[in-house]
Amino acid sequence: MNTQFLIQLLVNGLVVGTLYGVVAMSFVLIYKATQVVNFAQGELLLIGAWVCWALLARYEVPFWMGMPLTLVFMFVFGIAIQIVILRPMIGEPIISVIMVTIGLSTVFQASLKWIFGVNPQPFPRVFTSQSVSLLGLQIQTVYAMSLVVSVAMMIGMAWFFRASKYGLAMRATAFNQQVAQSLGISVKSVFAIAWAISATVSAVAGVVVAVVNGVSSGLSAYGIKVFPAAILGGLDSIGGAVLGGIIIGLLENIAQYIDSEYLHFV
Amino acid sequence: MATPSLIPAGDFRTSYAADTTIFPSSASRNAAIVGALLICFAPLVFTEYWLSILIQIGIFAIAALGLNILVGFTGQISIGHAAFFLFGAFTSAYISNNLPIPVFFAIPLAGVVTALIGLIFGVPAARLKGLYLVIATLAAQYILLDFFSRADWFSGGSVPASANPFSIFGYTFRGDRQYFYVVLGYLLVSYLLVTNLMRTRDGRALVAIRDHYLSAEIMGINLTKYRTLSFGLAAFFAGIAGALYAHYQLVVSNEGFGIERSILFLAMIIIGGTGSIMGTLMGTAFVVLLPESMEWISASLRGSAIDKALSLNTNITFLREIAIGLIIIAFLMFEPDGLAHRWRQIKTYWKLYPFSH
Repeated sequence: MNTQFLIQLLVNGLVVGTLYGVVAMSFVLIYKATQVVNFAQGELLLIGAWVCWALLARYEVPFWMGMPLTLVFMFVFGIAIQIVILRPMIGEPIISVIMVTIGLSTVFQASLKWIFGVNPQPFPRVFTSQSVSLLGLQIQTVYAMSLVVSVAMMIGMAWFFRASKYGLAMRATAFNQQVAQSLGISVKSVFAIAWAISATVSAVAGVVVAVVNGVSSGLSAYGIKVFPAAILGGLDSIGGAVLGGIIIGLLENIAQYIDSEYLHFV
Repeated sequence: MATPSLIPAGDFRTSYAADTTIFPSSASRNAAIVGALLICFAPLVFTEYWLSILIQIGIFAIAALGLNILVGFTGQISIGHAAFFLFGAFTSAYISNNLPIPVFFAIPLAGVVTALIGLIFGVPAARLKGLYLVIATLAAQYILLDFFSRADWFSGGSVPASANPFSIFGYTFRGDRQYFYVVLGYLLVSYLLVTNLMRTRDGRALVAIRDHYLSAEIMGINLTKYRTLSFGLAAFFAGIAGALYAHYQLVVSNEGFGIERSILFLAMIIIGGTGSIMGTLMGTAFVVLLPESMEWISASLRGSAIDKALSLNTNITFLREIAIGLIIIAFLMFEPDGLAHRWRQIKTYWKLYPFSH
């Protein structure tokens, strides 16, 4: 038994798992509000990461300005996707809608490679100190930041759905579109806002991953990990998605441990 | 949407046999036979490059046909088709390399083995619908690809497995010109088989499940059995196509058979028209020719200002992917019934020309 390695993997799993949870949360948000299964979630994350990288590294915008700019861009981008691509697909069979988002993910993936190239790029340094000491464990600053940001986003999302006007409108729409409409909720704008928020939250997750690992097209793999997380947690439950994400993240790392310790597969 | 079909005056179709005939008139039957005969002369006319494109269209069309049985006729969805294709390829290579079975028999055998694997994955899938089915087939794709990369005895591991050239009674088919006939034979047989399948009770049961599964069940159709069956059939054709691909390329490797390839198969049937057998062939031709035509365009623009501004030639792979994605979206938004529907409309237009109203 290699305890040190195991603990490291578990911490890793927890950090990655909360990120999966955040992405799964934004996936479930779209599904709940608009009944669209978004296969381009990983690409939204990737777009956010690349846009932030471009602002910071190419145009040398400071982080405190680059990050909000990225989020504003993703907000508008999410609304644009919903209006241009997905609004005409309302009422089409689920297979068609799924295929449209798969098509979208192909387009995004290839366009990003075209614009930014295939090589991974290191993210500009955001923090000055490398690691912080917590309960006697040395934890890298980026990991701590990743955990904090993820948890903050989850709390924010919970507040949004519990207390805010739009969150309540979204829940009403998810419950029954016709009833929501008769109560004066604009279902159209709820759909658009759902996409916008989902894109923004994914972008935050994307930037966090980028700060930890650098930006590369491999980040869109997070989009695939969303499905087991969302299925495990329940497709229309935000809290379930978070829990599912954490479990998947931990399982992944435990499987890696078992693989390397007992199965000797390289 | 009801498709307008024009039946010549006096053709009343008084029996079921007349209604379900493959060719509505003797002219269309003759046209099909002449077309099949003409394509037999293709190796004498076309260059090697065009032949290789034709062979690719033929092989992928068989796999896409299997997927169309599943998606277009049964209303299920699978994004793990490429894994079954690859499984057929590895199986055929394995059988013909390690067992005393000639390639001629290895190809259908690979189809059968792949169908069995498809049935295994089809059993849980038969109980799932919509999104859950998508995820289950996605899982199948990853499980199979992981199996290929781990099972060295089966797939050769990191080294691509080699496959023998196609041979029958001691005669070996070498080169594209001879292999073309093998693919053509398989293509014709599988398209005839599936066309006929759709005229039988089993085929109609699949369509009934697609249209309204509850009504179908009330009418005595065993849902689990037919859904599993359609998974098996889809895997069977994917296996056959994969085996043909293996003995065409003579090596099989994991490379290029990820989820993108499964999406490409789905693109073929969406562009061609889900639930249309001839549409499958059209869609496959479209999807195979699209990247090639993009290559010609970018090659003809080489050195020009547009090329320099967008660096087209260095990024041609990405441009192809973008084009495929955009075309999938465009077809779903503007022509969800695919090329087959468009083709019918063109035929109808010319039938009535110039009095189309």
